[in-house]
Amino acid sequence: MLLQTIAFYAFSAILLASAFMVISARNPVHSVFFLILAFFNAAGLFVLLGAEFLAMILVIVYVGAVAVLFLFVVMMLDVDFAELKSGAQQYILVGGGVGIVLLLELIGSAMMWKFSPAATVAAAHPTPTGISNTEAIGRILYTDYIYYFQIAGLVLLVAMIGAIVLTLRHRPGVRRQDIGKQNARVASEAMALVDVKPGQGA
Amino acid sequence: MNLQADLLVLLPELTLAVGAMVLLIGGVVGGDRTTGTVSWLAILLLATAGIIVYRDAPASAFGGAFVVDGFARFVKLLILTGSALCILMAKEFFDRDKRVRFELPIIMLLATLGMLLMVSASSFIALYMGLELQSLALYVLAAFNRDSLRSTEAGLKYFVLGALSSGMLLYGISLIYGFTGSTEFAVIAHAAGSGFNLGLIFGIVFLVAGLAFKVGAVPFHMWTPDVYEGAPTPVTAFFVTAAKVAAFALFIRAIIVPFVHSVHEWQQIIIVVSVLSSVLGAVAAIGQTNIKRLLAYSSIGHVGYALLGLAAGSAYGIQGMLLYLAFYLVTNLGMFACVAAMRRNGESIEDIRDLAGLSRTAPHYAFAFAALTLSLAGLPPLAGFAAKFYVFGAAMQAGLIIPAVINVVASVAGAFYYLRILQIMYFDDPKPAFDRGTGAGTAAVMWAATAVSIVFFFIPGPAIAVAGQAAQALFS
Repeated sequence: MLLQTIAFYAFSAILLASAFMVISARNPVHSVFFLILAFFNAAGLFVLLGAEFLAMILVIVYVGAVAVLFLFVVMMLDVDFAELKSGAQQYILVGGGVGIVLLLELIGSAMMWKFSPAATVAAAHPTPTGISNTEAIGRILYTDYIYYFQIAGLVLLVAMIGAIVLTLRHRPGVRRQDIGKQNARVASEAMALVDVKPGQGA
Repeated sequence: MNLQADLLVLLPELTLAVGAMVLLIGGVVGGDRTTGTVSWLAILLLATAGIIVYRDAPASAFGGAFVVDGFARFVKLLILTGSALCILMAKEFFDRDKRVRFELPIIMLLATLGMLLMVSASSFIALYMGLELQSLALYVLAAFNRDSLRSTEAGLKYFVLGALSSGMLLYGISLIYGFTGSTEFAVIAHAAGSGFNLGLIFGIVFLVAGLAFKVGAVPFHMWTPDVYEGAPTPVTAFFVTAAKVAAFALFIRAIIVPFVHSVHEWQQIIIVVSVLSSVLGAVAAIGQTNIKRLLAYSSIGHVGYALLGLAAGSAYGIQGMLLYLAFYLVTNLGMFACVAAMRRNGESIEDIRDLAGLSRTAPHYAFAFAALTLSLAGLPPLAGFAAKFYVFGAAMQAGLIIPAVINVVASVAGAFYYLRILQIMYFDDPKPAFDRGTGAGTAAVMWAATAVSIVFFFIPGPAIAVAGQAAQALFS
């Protein structure tokens, strides 16, 4: 139990610190690295909660794909982040004020929080006894939740079509590789033997 | 759970989904030459789905996540009509521009599919999935004219603000889930009816903020003018008609069904949003010279009037609101058909001063334009007046006298800028005539909308009866 408590505080502290560094680091590449660190710690918290499936998804999807993509974008694109940030300074007072008010309100509502009496009946159990939560998700995702699963597929289809529509251009005169054509080449087409006379060059 | 029975309930949506994928393959194989065929087939698909929807009996599927009732049927038929006509206009519009791309009707089909799912959603997860399917397609559509700076800006702006609003919506949903232990509307209604809590009110506030963004209501309207102006005209028409009606239907169902026992908790929010929208719509439109921007502000105003029906929180209010949505969809379809026809020397023009003297260069076109403008302004004897009458009447009946009066005043003030369009068309010195050859479809949409606007005022009975049944379905 003590070990778990120590782990919880360690994960949470590093998570908060690295989240703060994401927005305050001067170098955008460092920001992305701190973001990755934050994801790893959040995954650790999930493991402590007994939600190992979510933890793995977080690492695979967010660290493995999203954050690495960010890293590429940051390194490839020439974006002047210092200039982008300079504008943000003047809003810090107003933005911070609104944020603090909202935070206080939310804390207020969290203190007053109670569950509806009907909620205890309606709420599903987090994990059925006897099986791991990965298996539990697998059992309902393609059966009870097939409807949501399929719509998610359609959303991805739209995203794919959209990305192609907005970025693909058919440029004329592009040299493409045609493997059939390459393989069908014979020496007589591809090469020309030139008889070079001494002292004249080709 | 019987999957086969569930899929039968979902038949119109399945038709659209499978059809869109088949058309996509056809388009990819055939290239942009097939755009015309793909557009017509898309319209045919929408018509087929419409027939199936019309014959649908009330049912629910997937453990209550998806419902078909009178309300869903009414709104779905409106959406399908709007989408089909927008695809028709888009085909003719891009044909004239020589910028046809077969993806356009397909993305519009998928957006429509998202709208149908939104309208039938009866749990918050289903609601969110449908909404995202629709929104994602709309972001792409806004930026569809990718070589134009304004269009790409519109797409990006819509996307960033849309993502923010989705975040708020989800946060609200999570709070509601936290309090009630379920995402299903029926269960939430039961749980919320047995006790209320500050946290739940927070959830509703965030939910309303997210939904208000999707319908473009003040103070979440900032994206509307830029997006409506930047997107290609038929796409704007799609945003204003089908997308807006779907977002409203979602708004109605997500507020009325789960929180039917706590009208007083959310009524004030809706009243404030409604009044602010109608006032801002009336005031901000006055200085506009771009017709699409003007119509964007006009749409903000109309959102305000329509929300008054929701604020009433009664079946009568929802009935008025549905009538309003029907009027709004039909009139704007006609209006945007008129805007799509504004061309000179092959270039699309959007400045209202270019309409000068239209009554002399094209009297019939000017008449349709004028009738639709007056209908939007809410003057008798046109549909706009009747629709406003029912919404305001419902609000008065629910005791919302002051908000109703403010909305009436805003609508009178708003009539000013509509009348200015008329003045420019009928009394200013003529400018060179517009190009001929608008396209038969666009012209037909224009005239049909004008005719319906006039007929609806004189024979409102059938529409009122249907809207009444649709509204009752939510309260049973």
